Amino acid sequence: MDLNFSPDEERLRGEVRAFVAAKLPAAIRDKVLGHKRLEREDFLTWVRILNSRGWVAPAWPKKFGGQEWDAARQLILEEECALAGAPPVLSFGPRMVAPVIMTFGNPAQQEYFLPRILTGEHWWCQGYSEPGAGSDLASLKTRAERRGDSYVVNGQKTWTTLAQYANWIFCLVRTSQEGRPQAGISFLLIDMKSPGITVRPIVMLDGEHEINEVWFDNVEVPVANRVGAENEGWTCAKFLLGHERVSNAALGASKRALRELKAIAAAAPTGGGRPLIEVPRFRDRIAEVEIDLMALEVMVLRVIAMDRERHTPGPEASLLKLHGSRIQQAISELAMEALGPYAPLHQPLALSADWAGSVSGPAPGLGITGRYFNYRKVSIYAGSNEIQRSIIARHMLGL
Amino acid sequence: MDFTFTEEQTQIRDSLRRFLTETYTLDRHRAIARAGTGCDPEIWRQFAELGILGLGIPQSLGGIGGDAFDALVVMEELGRALVIEPYLSTALVGAGILVRAGSPAQQQLLAAVAAGKIRLAFAHGEPDSRWRLETLATRAAREGASWVLNGRKAMVPDGAGADYLVIPARTESGVSLFLVPGASERMTRTALTTHDGSSVAEITLDGLRVSADALIGVEGGGLPLAEAASDVAVAGLCSEAVGAMDALLALTLAYVKTRRQFGVPIGSFQALQHRMADMLLHAELARSMSYLASAKLAARDLVERRRAISAAKFLVGRSARLVGQEAVQMHGGMGVTEELATSHYFKRLTLINASFGDMDHHLEQFGAALTA
Repeated sequence: MDLNFSPDEERLRGEVRAFVAAKLPAAIRDKVLGHKRLEREDFLTWVRILNSRGWVAPAWPKKFGGQEWDAARQLILEEECALAGAPPVLSFGPRMVAPVIMTFGNPAQQEYFLPRILTGEHWWCQGYSEPGAGSDLASLKTRAERRGDSYVVNGQKTWTTLAQYANWIFCLVRTSQEGRPQAGISFLLIDMKSPGITVRPIVMLDGEHEINEVWFDNVEVPVANRVGAENEGWTCAKFLLGHERVSNAALGASKRALRELKAIAAAAPTGGGRPLIEVPRFRDRIAEVEIDLMALEVMVLRVIAMDRERHTPGPEASLLKLHGSRIQQAISELAMEALGPYAPLHQPLALSADWAGSVSGPAPGLGITGRYFNYRKVSIYAGSNEIQRSIIARHMLGL
Repeated sequence: MDFTFTEEQTQIRDSLRRFLTETYTLDRHRAIARAGTGCDPEIWRQFAELGILGLGIPQSLGGIGGDAFDALVVMEELGRALVIEPYLSTALVGAGILVRAGSPAQQQLLAAVAAGKIRLAFAHGEPDSRWRLETLATRAAREGASWVLNGRKAMVPDGAGADYLVIPARTESGVSLFLVPGASERMTRTALTTHDGSSVAEITLDGLRVSADALIGVEGGGLPLAEAASDVAVAGLCSEAVGAMDALLALTLAYVKTRRQFGVPIGSFQALQHRMADMLLHAELARSMSYLASAKLAARDLVERRRAISAAKFLVGRSARLVGQEAVQMHGGMGVTEELATSHYFKRLTLINASFGDMDHHLEQFGAALTA
């Protein structure tokens, strides 16, 4: 029993820290730490910087340009980047569609798509959910009809994160009405520039544009862009879900958010001569969420160690998602409350980096309440927490 | 990073589990609890045979030597089997203090501890101290070559049955620890029973006179020793709670799979499934923190150690409450009877929270470090 990272892993942590300190542009860092809006180019700039070091997808097999890192090293990379204020590397390309292409794709697909994920040339978004297919994903209706060498796709996807920035979308589409709902689904890679695709913004409760509807009106997709066999897309979908394991715990992001919460509470006046962090009622709540975060970290390490031994992911990721999302929400709630009477302020213009006007309220305060509203999403996306509980009950408890 | 147990640890676990499954049945637990002494001599003798009483004592002092994770393995099994014998109090806490700071003469007792012939108790609690180790009303005054102790101790685990007690008392230069024989004049020990059947004592020291060599370590150097002992106890209790939660979860799972209402097993109801998932989550969080607590016992940095200990005790307390209450609820009427092990686990888990600092106490300790 040893809860420590190895000396090699600690060395890597030092390397990552030094790299990020030297290479992360201050303007991007300030946006991230200041909760400002990130532009497409901000994400891509960071992807290119990471790629110069081979760190966009270091877990990939060497033959696809990766370094075959294990989950512990990835965790260190993600955590150090998050703590330093780097934009997240979005999962859709490197951690979602890429493993599917590696496992079920043909050599031509691998050769074309994988390198473009690393360089950022392709920005991927995810075409899974539909208005009528959320938790019950297999009931999806977007259909793809075969016409010669193409599929003609019609239907609607929704909740598509940052589709406004994406140039490719991986989609689950219905290619057959026969048999169980899961049986007639195929996995297609679709160029967002294809005629017939319309992206419509969905404005979230914080007033921001992060997600979209994606409409398909007779969109032609070459059959060559299907991954795996026709009607076997569900296998890819399930495989993909098993790959989003540790990052859903959001360990690094929550550590950063906790650090920020403490800073806000230490600076927040209470009218009584002592800052909010010294008010026992509030301090206890910070302490509790910090303890929860400590437990999450050990759980993450345990799951990583477990995966290392069995080589196949188990259902424990659902525990991480449940607990990790609860922590994200708890911290965002406390940070909002720490703003006290200033919590209601909404200053959307100030969220843009080129805003030259003034910002009202406490200095570290911009975007905090918006994040609280926005973070209700974390217990809904990537398999709602109710779905996670059902997975745990079924696969870990045998109920 | 390595979350596996060594071959020796697995052997300890297996042999102890086998022994306890065969011997320490619920009926046996009940009988020991009813007897009121909190310790079955036969069980204790077999603990000595199994070697676990010498786990916290180096070989050079007559034990078998072990680390915090060996202790964790044992405590988990004791928790799983609802053992009320004062293992923690003697083998980990009491022995730990003597190993760390006892004089050679005091350490000579340790071989007898390992052999099961002597039990130790740590008299840390006082009527007005709640769980604060530094808040002591008991005084020790120097009189010639002796010390004279006056004060009251409360809720001392195995305090009435122990052969020797470690007694913290305030002296001129701070807190000091004394090793005192259980059968001493001017010390009154009253045995009391707790809800889980174990035994605690109220102790009155009314001019108890001990010789200079009763002092453990140096005068005024007792607080760090008491804190270390308390931390060992907390780590042990966390592991015990994890074992108890494990067993309770398994019992509850088996119950909801077999208990039928409305023509189906009640475990098929989503209302229960989701709550069972939360129970598992909280039990696993507790396990994670018990690992952390045991790992940090050896931390050189005192702040780091105490932070982890308080975090663990708080979180394990919270998990134990949730798992315990939910287990009883899911057993329905059967959950509130004495007949099933369910209620016994629930009671034990509840009492663990009140031992060596409850959730509020440790949250306060942890929080204080935030603003320090």
